[in-house]
Amino acid sequence: MVTVEDYVARTEGTCGEEKDVVVTFKHDRKNEAIQRIMKRAKMQKSIANMIFELAFEGVSFRLYPSGRAIFRSLKDKEELHRVLCGLLL
Amino acid sequence: MLDPYKVREDFPILKREINGHPLVYFDNAATSQKPSQVIDAIKNYYERSNANVHRAVHTLSQEASELYENAHEEVAKFINANDMEEIVFVRGTTEAINLVAYAWGLPNLGKNDEVLVTLMEHHSNIVPWENLSRIGGFRVKYAQANTDGTLNYEAFEQTITDKTKIVCFSHVSNVTGIVNDVKRIVKAAHNHGALTLIDGAQSVPHLCVDVKDLGMDLLAFSGHKMLAPTGTGVLYGKKEILEKMGPFHGGGEMIRDVTFNSATRRCSVVWAGLPWKFEAGTPNVSGGIGLMAAVKYLKNVGMKNVETHEEMLTSYAIEHMQDLGNVEIYGPHNASEKCGIIPFGVKGLSSHDVALSLDAYGIMIRSGYHCAQPLHQLLKLKSSARASFYIYNTREEVDKFIEVLKEIERP
Repeated sequence: MVTVEDYVARTEGTCGEEKDVVVTFKHDRKNEAIQRIMKRAKMQKSIANMIFELAFEGVSFRLYPSGRAIFRSLKDKEELHRVLCGLLL
Repeated sequence: MLDPYKVREDFPILKREINGHPLVYFDNAATSQKPSQVIDAIKNYYERSNANVHRAVHTLSQEASELYENAHEEVAKFINANDMEEIVFVRGTTEAINLVAYAWGLPNLGKNDEVLVTLMEHHSNIVPWENLSRIGGFRVKYAQANTDGTLNYEAFEQTITDKTKIVCFSHVSNVTGIVNDVKRIVKAAHNHGALTLIDGAQSVPHLCVDVKDLGMDLLAFSGHKMLAPTGTGVLYGKKEILEKMGPFHGGGEMIRDVTFNSATRRCSVVWAGLPWKFEAGTPNVSGGIGLMAAVKYLKNVGMKNVETHEEMLTSYAIEHMQDLGNVEIYGPHNASEKCGIIPFGVKGLSSHDVALSLDAYGIMIRSGYHCAQPLHQLLKLKSSARASFYIYNTREEVDKFIEVLKEIERP
């Protein structure tokens, strides 16, 4: 059975006032992860084709072609896991 | 004059590609890359001379001890200390400051005493003092900085009183890159009988630092920001100050005698001489040897050349960044007052957006607080992006950096 861990290499809190979470996708599955996310989330804005501002089930986040995403204002790890399940599985 | 293209040949990592682009490493204020000379010195040590130091009479131990002591001597010469007795090897700047806080601060600071730091400090020069003040009962005072992140020298000098026992400040800010007037502050501190501890993490790798000329009592810096391996750093201290200080950690290497007294049923301890009194346990021998190779490398390049090259790059980058309407450089813009560090933001984007956009083009910069949250509060910033240069960076790399910024800063 495919799990979120099959796509995600690591998650880490960002440094700065906003307590965001940066998700790094596994190198060999990052393209697949990006494709799935782009298909399921709603595009809000694209900046120079380098930063994609997306929304999914009330959560806004930014996706980067290098295979990372930054999620904002999440309540806890469980919410992140729930959102990632919805986006990737 | 420094030729960065020639220098680059010594750095194997710079041949790497990241995300399909040649690596541009602009995160030198966090750590530097390592030349083959440093990597080979460590490899050679493990292949030829690895043994524990100051313990055995056999040939390998003697060789390792000699190399390790030579490393201390080399660092002493690099910063113009008297000799290796004034050079303590530690894990980095953070450990050096903690060493001073606990080994000097704990026995010397009491209820009516004050420790003076500045608001531009890295957390490593704030947290040890705040932690210790909860044990020692002394007060930690913060010298006021200007709204652009520079020091307010008049206010600083007025904050130093006879209660001030130690003044701790960075030579170069790790956020703005501003070079502080060490001589002026040291003089003001000494006028009140206070010691001075300088955080040289961002200055020793980039400037000619002469401890005698600057007059400081104690200097902390990291090896890994000056081409040496991670886990290396130095505490310089005037001999008379280090001699009066008790050790930080206890164990092997740092003692001369441990004798059991059957009457008192306790052990009495005689400490080893300087600098070994502060280097308990088996030290990071290979790291020290790597640091020696790094210092030799920098001496060969010439620290004046390092300064000139970084000032040229900083000035060039600032000039082009100022042309971008939605890019804001934080703090002073004059490269001659700075040391190869440019903090900035792009309108509408977080610092992490900027860092990840540049990452997609193989350009590595830092984003966030850079372990200096109080300074970000002062500058009224949620976080900042930071580009920082070193000897192997080129104008071409700055051009590439500007090109990507141009792409993302468009409204």
